[in-house]
Amino acid sequence: MCQTCGCAMTSAPNLGAAAPLGGQHTVEVLENLLAENDRVAKHNRTHFDDHDVLAINLMSSPGAGKTALLEATILALKSRYRIAVIEGDLETDNDARRIRAHGVPALQITTGTACHLDAAAVHQALHDLPIAGLDLLFIENVGNLVCPASFDLGQHLNVTLLSVTEGDDKPAKYPVIFRASDLVVLSKTDLLDVMDDFLPERAAAHLRDLGRDTPLIQTAVRRKPSLAAWLAWLETELRSREWIYRRVPARRSSPGGLLSGFGE
Amino acid sequence: MSVCQALLVQVTEIARQRGAQAVDSITVQIGLLSGIDPAQLRLAFAVMRAGSESATAELVIEMTAVEVRCLACGVCSETLVNRLVCRACGNFRTRVIAGDELRLLRIELKA
Repeated sequence: MCQTCGCAMTSAPNLGAAAPLGGQHTVEVLENLLAENDRVAKHNRTHFDDHDVLAINLMSSPGAGKTALLEATILALKSRYRIAVIEGDLETDNDARRIRAHGVPALQITTGTACHLDAAAVHQALHDLPIAGLDLLFIENVGNLVCPASFDLGQHLNVTLLSVTEGDDKPAKYPVIFRASDLVVLSKTDLLDVMDDFLPERAAAHLRDLGRDTPLIQTAVRRKPSLAAWLAWLETELRSREWIYRRVPARRSSPGGLLSGFGE
Repeated sequence: MSVCQALLVQVTEIARQRGAQAVDSITVQIGLLSGIDPAQLRLAFAVMRAGSESATAELVIEMTAVEVRCLACGVCSETLVNRLVCRACGNFRTRVIAGDELRLLRIELKA
């Protein structure tokens, strides 16, 4: 029985790998469905590693403040670190233009109808965005809390924003993406005093329920800017260099050891 | 859609390698924590299989439940997708050991 929709689907009968049945034969495959994407992602990651560039995949629902956070981050760090941004959106290059206005190279990927970036799109973007000499590359994913979680881009770290104008139960509603996050950023916290139904401690509790000790920090960029915790986290990661050749993001475990290299 | 496309590419490649005339069935394993919705995969498959070796293939989906191993007490327990804490001791530091699969298990080919 299918556990998700309750349909009366049963498992396929085990015919045995070497038992041709009336012109039919079964091929045991056991391969990850996203093997091709993961292959390209690995290639991207090697490219980042070879150039000593920390690549961060920034994800959130639409309007949580990814671009605004990047603008504020660039203003704070661009005198000390060389930064570039890959922007993913369905349409327009508005976000790339916002980033370029701060004197930082930005490349826009417009996905058309696709609701997420994939490794091939990032690979293509890297042909047009030289990363030699960079310290930090942000990949701003398409605003979506579902599909981006399934596609490794080759990033070293996943950061997911949760704005306080959303529900504090988002980690419980979208467990896949929040579990895959190395850091969760509560954004727009300057609005917390008017958003009295959002409790940061409740968001933290839902996040801990996902079985990882993911740090949760607060940021605001508008009325009462507050970036210290975010910048400190970034600088720690930039200095630690633990991400170099470390691992792929904590996105998928390796059942049966088939996906070696996945998981923590 | 992207997942379905990747699936069809993989299946087509195997079918061609083996010189099969057609694909009778495709069995995939999807964990509840994989982020992939089986109903949407079915829908995409019904549309996208047209014209491929898999045009008349049946798609069999095996769902797997989420299981975690506690990093404190070592016990393995089945959990909900959004409550991945140890059922034995309540510790929240766990490792997912099953339930996030997204794999092509096997295909049946018509020779």
